[in-house]
Amino acid sequence: MTSAREEILGNIRRVLKDRAADPVQDNRAQVVPARGQIPHADQIALFIKEAERVNATTARVGDLADVPEAIATFLAANNLPSKVRTGRDELIRAIPWSDHSAITVNEGVARPTDQASVTSAFAAAAETGSLALISGPDSPTSLNYLPDNHIVVLQTGQIVGSYEEVWQRLREKMGEDWPRAVNWITGPSRTADIEQELLLGAHGPRRLHVVLVDEETE
Amino acid sequence: MKPTSDVFSDNSRDALANDTLQEALAKLAQGFPLKRFNAVSRLAEFDDLRDAARDIKTDVLNNLDSYLEKFEAQVIKQGGKVHWARTADEACEIIVGLCKDAGARTVTKSKSMIGEEIALNESLEDAGIIPVETDLGEYIIQLRKEPPSHIIAPAIHLTKEQVADTFKETHQDYPADRSLTEPRVLLDEARQVLRQRFIDADVGITGANMLVAETGSIVVVTNEGNADLTMTLPKVHIAVASLEKIVPTLEDATTLMRVLARSATGQDMSVYTTLATGPKRDEDQDGPEAFHIVLLDNGRTNMLGGDFHEMLRCIRCGACLNHCPIYKSIGGHAYGWVYSGPMGAVLMPNLLGIGKTGDLPNASTLCGKCEEICPVRIPLPDMLRQWRTRQFDAATTSTKSRFGIKAWAYMAKRPLLYRFFVSFMLSNLRKFGRKGRFKWLPFAKGWTQVRDFPAPEGQSFIHQYLMSQKRKR
Repeated sequence: MTSAREEILGNIRRVLKDRAADPVQDNRAQVVPARGQIPHADQIALFIKEAERVNATTARVGDLADVPEAIATFLAANNLPSKVRTGRDELIRAIPWSDHSAITVNEGVARPTDQASVTSAFAAAAETGSLALISGPDSPTSLNYLPDNHIVVLQTGQIVGSYEEVWQRLREKMGEDWPRAVNWITGPSRTADIEQELLLGAHGPRRLHVVLVDEETE
Repeated sequence: MKPTSDVFSDNSRDALANDTLQEALAKLAQGFPLKRFNAVSRLAEFDDLRDAARDIKTDVLNNLDSYLEKFEAQVIKQGGKVHWARTADEACEIIVGLCKDAGARTVTKSKSMIGEEIALNESLEDAGIIPVETDLGEYIIQLRKEPPSHIIAPAIHLTKEQVADTFKETHQDYPADRSLTEPRVLLDEARQVLRQRFIDADVGITGANMLVAETGSIVVVTNEGNADLTMTLPKVHIAVASLEKIVPTLEDATTLMRVLARSATGQDMSVYTTLATGPKRDEDQDGPEAFHIVLLDNGRTNMLGGDFHEMLRCIRCGACLNHCPIYKSIGGHAYGWVYSGPMGAVLMPNLLGIGKTGDLPNASTLCGKCEEICPVRIPLPDMLRQWRTRQFDAATTSTKSRFGIKAWAYMAKRPLLYRFFVSFMLSNLRKFGRKGRFKWLPFAKGWTQVRDFPAPEGQSFIHQYLMSQKRKR
């Protein structure tokens, strides 16, 4: 008895042989929307505009040292306890939390009781205000989905115009060590499954807050 | 689910008489098409992207075997497993087997049309495994034991009152006198109930919007975040997808992403688009320990190279449902199985056989809107015409309509006879019409029982044309 695999591939090959189909087209031209192809300062502005359009909130700070204050402000404004669960990558660890001792910081995977998480992102695409996060030993995926509030610390240099530029950066950085998950996130969780009424906070975070850190190179 | 497409006409009559359904459909008709229009208007390159999306899928279908092999090799390289299934039964058997191997008692599921097509929940239940749908709409219809009525908004046919009744019946742990009048409250209750299910599940099952050959990844798109919780928390992740979901590269996936959400919900991008590649890495703190992909044929390779080849380009955005005057009048359930709208009317006879799908080829006015808005430019009206021809050849249409069509064809092939007959009928109808109308006509009850038939006022077009030509000379 032929295996399902052999039979399926055999069926396909029989049809394709009769059709004398075109060979693989691996040099297709890519259509990249012009709206992201603008100077970097404008890409930052576009990212903020598009992210807010889909109900994310943003705060912009001049330095990594200002991040704890920005996070404390967000937590207080939403009546949340001063407690966050974080990743442990370079950027998150470089945040001087101790200067703002009111915030309790715990690293690790998200627990069901965690109300807020703080993560970094790999990059962001201005064209739709989308963040790209990658999984790794220092960045557990559950932080992006389980807590009600997701805070992302993003450096302005991580913002590019299009999705393609993010893929390119990812290929360059990761090479063969491709991450298990690449999570594109565009605004907080939502549903319109009941009478098409748009409601935020379906299963993922109710709020998505981006703390944007200006980099000296700007 | 046993298809009832063979009684499509009866289903449609019931749907038209269902006031609650009509109320829900009126909301859909206002919502989705306008949202799509606004999103498309914001992107100058949209039509170019549709061309590009079509070309990607054309290339995929022309080289399906090599892309599938490449995809399989990449999945294996990343530590995942690929399973091939010829039929729905084979796919269910594989998935149930994997769940049993994992010692699963409950599995969370993120909405998958392939899951619906293969009736996966029934197979899981038969094996003593409890499947929990986690997409809000899909959760609601699972509780109500209904099929989805829309491929991206499965509970679109329900009002919030019906959802409230369902929750009161099911969520027995909650106070019976609680108020569930607001969608917000309904959502929060479902969120709370399902949260524990996500945490407890032994296996997570998702579909896949795309399979990327370059990286051996699946792409899963949701707005709720339920697919990500489904594939992150349990120790085993199983994805089930049909063969044609493959795309060559990440850039190709990007092009399809750009047209998918805009066409579907009128969003520029769905909230969560996840590229998942293999199981958790050694150093990772979370993620599934095992990653399985079940590739389903179930009739796809039979469509390849035939009259319905181009249907395999479909990316399941649902835009053709939202824009179809028939779908908007009767909703999805009337189509009698898991798919609906123009894409369903073309696809289902392929999957079930024309003998079991009754009048589905006629579930269209052939207005052409579906082809006009399709993100991968599938010629749906042409395909519906093709099915009508086959339906006639297979003699599954009613004796009356077959006689009518045969009589018309006989006349149409004999122009003189045709013209004589038409002018004879015209002059008689003109003579006997009262005040220019007929309240009743033989053989036209279907028309006259709901409206008058207008009596013809002049000569036939051909006659008028010949007269005008004569005058010119």
